[in-house]
Order: sequence, then structure tokens, then C-alpha cells
Amino acid sequence: MGKVVVVTSGKGGVGKTTSTAALGAAVAKTGKKVALVDFDVGLRNLDLIMGAERRVVFDLVNVIQGSAKLSQALIRDKRVETLFLLPASQTRDKDALTEEGVAEVIGKLRSVFDYVFCDSPAGIERGAQLAMRFADEAVIVTNPEVSSVRDSDRIIGLLDARTLRAEQGEQIAKHVLVTRYDAARAARGEMLSIDDVLEILSTPLLGIIPESQDVLRASNLGSPVTLSEPLNAAAKAYIDAAKRLEGEQLPVIVPFERKGFLDRLLGRRAA
Amino acid sequence: MNLLDIFKRRTSAPVARERLQVLLAYERRNRSQPDLVSILREEIMAVIAKHVQIDQDYLQVSMDRGETMSTLEIDIQIPNKSPMPLAMAG
Repeated sequence: MGKVVVVTSGKGGVGKTTSTAALGAAVAKTGKKVALVDFDVGLRNLDLIMGAERRVVFDLVNVIQGSAKLSQALIRDKRVETLFLLPASQTRDKDALTEEGVAEVIGKLRSVFDYVFCDSPAGIERGAQLAMRFADEAVIVTNPEVSSVRDSDRIIGLLDARTLRAEQGEQIAKHVLVTRYDAARAARGEMLSIDDVLEILSTPLLGIIPESQDVLRASNLGSPVTLSEPLNAAAKAYIDAAKRLEGEQLPVIVPFERKGFLDRLLGRRAA
Repeated sequence: MNLLDIFKRRTSAPVARERLQVLLAYERRNRSQPDLVSILREEIMAVIAKHVQIDQDYLQVSMDRGETMSTLEIDIQIPNKSPMPLAMAG
């Protein structure tokens, strides 16, 4: 039986979809069978980030409503052959998803794939709750910034109350993934530190993804950064996070800003 | 800004951290309460806020459920000093 991982955050724009793509691709590259499911019905984007936007024929809603088979809707990645995408519907409204339908699709995926990543929509409404409903584990994507941390706390509360596992009295494994971390700003005390975030959320850390132009470029090109530029710092951070998700014990290194000789001599703060 | 200000300037991250800790402690407490109590809390707070400015911490609402009867306990503290009645402040 495969593991179901929800990638969620509450707040929008923190990097859920980018992280789903990057983590999923990193896991799939190790040979595991991975399915990425876009739950953002009406505002699908995972297809675009994965570079599969022109290959979408059927979607999650079609499968739930019985107008397409699951095997017809799954899109195989062109770069990694164990990586698949189940896109969200672009046209239907959110109510097109039913709990029974989602349960059936997730159940089928779980029996075939090693990992099922559910990319949650923003917010705490029905769509987000369905994305997390059948998860065994959760990756909470958080920016080191007050509104994102507050929303993450809210989502953690929902994970502990509204998931099937929680209702059955079992634990859902939760991990915080800090994205868009700016080492220079953290060093100047202008951004919540990793310790602050972890202490406030009291949830273990999966990884720290540095703010990077390369992540944006990867999105522009329609390729997860872990596939297009695996040697880049952000990609490496995602690959390490994926290893931790698979249970490997890897220490997390907080990125730091290297100061130049002149800066140190003058005690100058980086601009 | 003179040179000394650079060193004196208080960084904003500790402020963010403090604000979050206070806020989340409050939100978590509310979350675990039954819905009725949080609705009552909000409405009572709204009524008080029409006349006096008080912090959310000064209002405690709790409910004890018994077998035949439940008790609702409302504890409102109104500080004497700073928060002036709104009419006077305006």
C-alpha cells in the first residue's frame, strides 16, 4: 500500500504546487512510483508546472463522475517514467468533488503507487479538506512570514481534527517545509528564523528551500526544479527533503549568507 | 540616519515572533472550545467593544456542562486606566 501525502498550507502563493512537483519528481527519480493529484478544481496549475498542460484530456472530476477511467486520466511524465499526474478540472466548480468519489480514487491510486501526493488548494474550505481527508502524512508549506505561519497553524489544527486518520484516533505525520527562505534577511533579523517557525508551530522540519530564481525559471520552463537543475541549491534542498520524507535521517542545514571580506572588515550589513 | 542608528535599530523578526505567539495561543484556545462558546464570546466582545475598548484577553467565557444543567461563566475585566470610553475619546 502506498503512502498518501497532502501538500498544504492554508495561505496561497507560498509554493504548494511548486513543492508538490519538486518533491514528487525527486521521489520518482529514485524509482518509486509516484502520482501527483491536483485538487485545485477550477484553478488547476500543477499541469503547467509539470509541463503537461497540453496533454490534459481527462481530469479528476471526470474520473469521479465516471466519464473517464483513472488510467485514461493519468498523464505519464516524459522525463521520469514512474511519475504520473492526475490533473484537476479547469471548468467545473469545487462541488464537483465528493468525499466518496475522492475516497475511491485515492484508494485505487494507493494500491498502485508507492506515493500519492495531493496538491491542496489554498484556503480551509471543502477543496482543501478533501485534499487532506485521506492523507497519511502532511507537508505544510510555510514561508517565514507572519500570515503564512498563522495559516499553517490553522491547517495543522484541521489536520488533527478533520482527516480520516485523526477521526480514527490515529496520528497523521506532519512536516513543515519552509520555502522562500532568504538567508540574508534572516541574518539581519528581518525575517522569522527557522527556530521561531518551528517553535511556534511545534512541528518537525522537512527542509528549508532557499529563495531562488532557479525555482521560478523551472516553473517558466514547465519542469520541476529537481529535474531541470538538480545541482542547484533549491533543488538539492528539495531532494534532501524528499529523502527525509522517505524516512532517511539527514541533518537540515540552515542556509547562511556568506559575507565578503570587505563586509566583515567594515562590519557592514548586507543590503 | 546616523551611523549609530544602524546598530540601535530593533530588528522586526522578534516582534513578529512575539505577536504570533500571543495570537496563536488565543486562536488555539478558541479552536478547542465548543462552537456555542466561541459564538457567545465573539458577540459579547462585540457588545463590549461598542462602549469600551478592551483586549480580547480581558474576556473569559467558559461553559461547564452538567447532567441536568450547564453553567456559563463570563468574566470581563475592564481596566481602570487607559481604555477610555469611546464617547469620551472621540
